[in-house]
Amino acid sequence: MAKTHIAFTLNGKSVETLVDARELLVHVLREQLGQTGTHIGCETSHCGACTVDFNGKSVKSCTVLAVQANGGDVMTVEGLAKNGTLHPIQEAFTQEHGLQCGYCTPGMMVRAYRFLQENPKPTEEEIRTGMSGNICRCTGYQNIIKAIQHAAGVMRPAKGA
Amino acid sequence: MTPGSFEYHAPSNLDEAIKLLGKFSDQAKILAGGHSLLPMMKLRFAEPGHLIDINRIAELKGIREEKGTIRIGAMTTENELIASELLKQKCPLIPEAARLIADPQVRNCGTIGGDIAHGDPGNDHPAVMLAVEASFVLRGPKGSRTVPADGFFLGTYQTQLKADEILAEIRVPVVGANSGYAYCKLKRKTGDFATAAAAVQLQLDGKKCKKITIALTNLGPTALKAADAAAVLVGNEVDDARIEQAAKKAMAICDPAEDLRGDRDYKIHMAGEMTRRAISLALYRAWGK
Repeated sequence: MAKTHIAFTLNGKSVETLVDARELLVHVLREQLGQTGTHIGCETSHCGACTVDFNGKSVKSCTVLAVQANGGDVMTVEGLAKNGTLHPIQEAFTQEHGLQCGYCTPGMMVRAYRFLQENPKPTEEEIRTGMSGNICRCTGYQNIIKAIQHAAGVMRPAKGA
Repeated sequence: MTPGSFEYHAPSNLDEAIKLLGKFSDQAKILAGGHSLLPMMKLRFAEPGHLIDINRIAELKGIREEKGTIRIGAMTTENELIASELLKQKCPLIPEAARLIADPQVRNCGTIGGDIAHGDPGNDHPAVMLAVEASFVLRGPKGSRTVPADGFFLGTYQTQLKADEILAEIRVPVVGANSGYAYCKLKRKTGDFATAAAAVQLQLDGKKCKKITIALTNLGPTALKAADAAAVLVGNEVDDARIEQAAKKAMAICDPAEDLRGDRDYKIHMAGEMTRRAISLALYRAWGK
């Protein structure tokens, strides 16, 4: 079957590639576009390791076809840091030890990024609900929650939100 | 895991989608939010030759009110249902249930229409649609027809939707005064299907129950409308004894399949408990509490 040409914005830059219709977004990001920060966990849309920001919303890129990204705007964990400076969410995960093995971390941080845009002053309960699509098998979540609370505090005055 | 090969189509309007569906008929599947279909395709439970992606069709989105009826575009996502002020005020059972479906990321993709048209008895909207007495607008090559939710679900993965039709819109009557609602869902974890769930919408006339609908999720080959359970309560004061009677009647129509969520006896027992809780909570809300 003929390949389909797709073009979209990835972390602020225009990218284009040829894909089979059946290829999943996460596979194209990792294998064709070299952005391996987005991890593949369960591949059944349960674990959240493959979470990316797509047109301003968090989605699980194992359950989106790459052809569906055509014309869209995608942000992965590689898009968080700017000019070599870590994003406040990345700093907060470091500060608060919000990870152990690190496998879930890119998905956690990309989801936390969007969640804090949607809710800049979340309660702990709201963080737990907002992050409920991301599974961590190491931390017991406590330090992830603390990291997001920490990041929310840092980001608020900076963004004026 | 990658789905099998297929040809991808992304029509920009509904007429074009219907034409494509007519052209490829039983080889085609409609792609809505994709969170049921794509996993099934990865596992080769579904191997459509043509996938018709309806995500770019603007006319299938949005929630509006027209002459006492709420019209929900079939491609409205779960998170859009949750965010809707109109639904919160005029049909709050729908956002209450949507909040208990999957997780935030999945709710950004998953749609009300996909959840209904898939015909999975584990999906939550079918029972909710029975409880709110919704009707569905089905668009085919010869135009549209509107069918009630009651009778739409024929069996597991089987509905009245024909191979050349697309579910375009969900119509829901606005709730009346002194109404209450509840969706009580027992699940093992975030994102799980219900072990048992009950949807209730009721309306009071003074102390008496003027009207009530009760429907159950994942307790048979389709969502189940518990008409006998509702009949116990209509015209009567809703007290503990009658709630108990209604719960027993609801349990009597359950025919769940045993799986990792529990055996039949456990699920039927939980169906009774979810029914009791949903009626009690709906009543409490109807009292204005």
